[in-house]
Amino acid sequence: MTTATAAGGVLSRFDPQLNGRDPLWRAEARLAALEWVGKHGFPTRKDEDWKYTGLESILAVSFEAATVGSSRWVTADMIEAAAVDLGGARLVFVNGHFASELSRLTGLPAGAEVTSLAAVLAAGPERLERFFSHAPGQHHAFAAFNDALTEDGAFVHLTPNTCVNEPIQLVFFSDTGGFRLMSSPRSVILAEPGSSATIIETYAGIDGDVYCTNAVTEVVLAEDAQIEHYKVQDEPVTAFHLALLDVRQGRGSGFSSRSVMLGSSIARHEVRVLLEDVGAEVSLDGVYLPQGDQLHDNTIFVDHAAANCTSHQLYKGVLDGRGHGVFNGHIMVRPGADGTDANQKNKNLILSDRAEADTRPRLEIYTDDVKCTHGAAVGQLEEDALLYMRARGIPLKAARGLLINAFVHEMVDRIALLPLRVQVEALVAGRFRNGYRSVEP
Amino acid sequence: MMLKIEDLHASIEDNEVLRGLNLELNAGEVHAIMGPNGSGKSTLANVLIGREGYDVSGSVRFQGQDLLALSPEDRAAAGVFLAFQHPVEIPGVGNLYFMRTALNSLRRQRGQDELDPVDFLALAQERMELVEMDQSFMSRSVNEGFSGGEKKRNEILQMAILEPKLAILDETDSGLDIDALRVVANGVNALRSEGRGMLVITHHQRLLDYIVPDRVHVMAAGQIVRSGDKDLALELEKHGYAGMTQQHSQASRVPVGATR
Repeated sequence: MTTATAAGGVLSRFDPQLNGRDPLWRAEARLAALEWVGKHGFPTRKDEDWKYTGLESILAVSFEAATVGSSRWVTADMIEAAAVDLGGARLVFVNGHFASELSRLTGLPAGAEVTSLAAVLAAGPERLERFFSHAPGQHHAFAAFNDALTEDGAFVHLTPNTCVNEPIQLVFFSDTGGFRLMSSPRSVILAEPGSSATIIETYAGIDGDVYCTNAVTEVVLAEDAQIEHYKVQDEPVTAFHLALLDVRQGRGSGFSSRSVMLGSSIARHEVRVLLEDVGAEVSLDGVYLPQGDQLHDNTIFVDHAAANCTSHQLYKGVLDGRGHGVFNGHIMVRPGADGTDANQKNKNLILSDRAEADTRPRLEIYTDDVKCTHGAAVGQLEEDALLYMRARGIPLKAARGLLINAFVHEMVDRIALLPLRVQVEALVAGRFRNGYRSVEP
Repeated sequence: MMLKIEDLHASIEDNEVLRGLNLELNAGEVHAIMGPNGSGKSTLANVLIGREGYDVSGSVRFQGQDLLALSPEDRAAAGVFLAFQHPVEIPGVGNLYFMRTALNSLRRQRGQDELDPVDFLALAQERMELVEMDQSFMSRSVNEGFSGGEKKRNEILQMAILEPKLAILDETDSGLDIDALRVVANGVNALRSEGRGMLVITHHQRLLDYIVPDRVHVMAAGQIVRSGDKDLALELEKHGYAGMTQQHSQASRVPVGATR
């Protein structure tokens, strides 16, 4: 099957919802995005950024677009199990659509607007035009696909100097009821000058459900805004997860994002950060733990377009079974971005002979006055450390567990929110509880 | 007899390092093993704790058990301890947590109750005094960023906490200044007891001024070529290993110091 027919096949199943509710610009944007996908097709391994991540198994499934009310069986307990309540505003989306009965929007300061994208589209859609009017599929087909299909997502708007102290939780839960759904949540986070907030995205679903999450989250930080972002992806291994986190940072702003990738058959977490004004800082961390036949792809692009900006990246993978981890990190330092301080590091721990780690840190520098470092490592558990522990009486399995834990913990410890850290610790421990086999049975 | 080694051979990558080594050690005794570099001293230590990668033949009985048949952790549970020549750094694993995990693993394997963190801390604090170690070392990762002397002290601390029956000290004196050497030796001496055997592997006679052995064995080319009392170490100091090695060429016909 060629890409063109694959795209054609997928497109023929997805008619954009030209239902008359959309303003004209929105309808046009949907059509333009679909047209773009039809013309360019889906990426293949020949595309630089998709070299290690084949999409055949996703494109082979006949997904249908998730509609409002496609499942009504999700309970508060299911949401609590997926994402421990952090006490602040909590927006729950089921199959990509806002579920107000499971959500809580109280306790926010006056300058913070936290609602669903659908609500904004219904009330005053012109506010969103600029987010959908940029070139469709600017990045790739799945972003364009989201452009075409999205109906809902989170909308967070912080007016100048608004500080939201309680974390804002966005929970994307899937319950397909046996249908092969594609959900396309689109979230927009606008932080005006001097504002700050912590935002947590959680993605989860029901074991055995076959679905595809194709999420786009856009974050725009104005001067001196500060956003702390977390993402926990724990979709079932029968699902697919494709996500783009697109960040634009103004002068002196600070953005951090920590990603924990546990679930999905194929998961791709793409982060693009544009440092477009002086003195912006970004810190991106990720831990990914593919096992079985899972593929976890981290594709990062940090664009230093202004002077004196700082970027840090640390991604760590633990790969077991036939798990496949990808780190594809690209730092661009544009002409004039003097005083850039950029580093990226990727470390992989391989527990099995059949696991695969692909790591590609890239620096592209067009100015002299920069401080840039990058490094990548792929290793196994240290035999010397294992022997040292065993010689002290710690059984092999426990010794392996300690070393894996030590490797991952550097990342987990960076989660400042205690209840979230506790939950992630439990999720990570659960991963390795039933044996971390380097030797296949 | 605590430890009885008979005709021990060990090869690594077709290179025979131990060539028919014999040794006996009784509980309560401290034996020193000396010898030039490459004589097989560290290989002996590694083989005794079960490091993988060696082709081993011969017999090692520890309190009547076939030591060579046991995994490293089972040897530890049986009471064998090695103070490593090069203690391993384990970033991300706290020193205190590591030692508690080790002690509780041993206790579990021996059918004893585990120590809770509070009781363990009390024990660790008491034993740290023995090696004059500051408590700050316990909150750091195992050996990470420790100086050479700190690493060696940390080894003796583990020995003091785990209370093995047989302690093997592999070049514990290497890289120590005289003060650190004294601290380490004091720790070791405090742990000498009737029920405990020690095998002190060293390149230098210096350590034996502080830890006075009951027996001294000289190793060359994978065998023990001479055995004697503590004065043998002084003789070595005077004449060096060269004389011993000459005797060893005769020894290949009539093994000297063989206990068979």
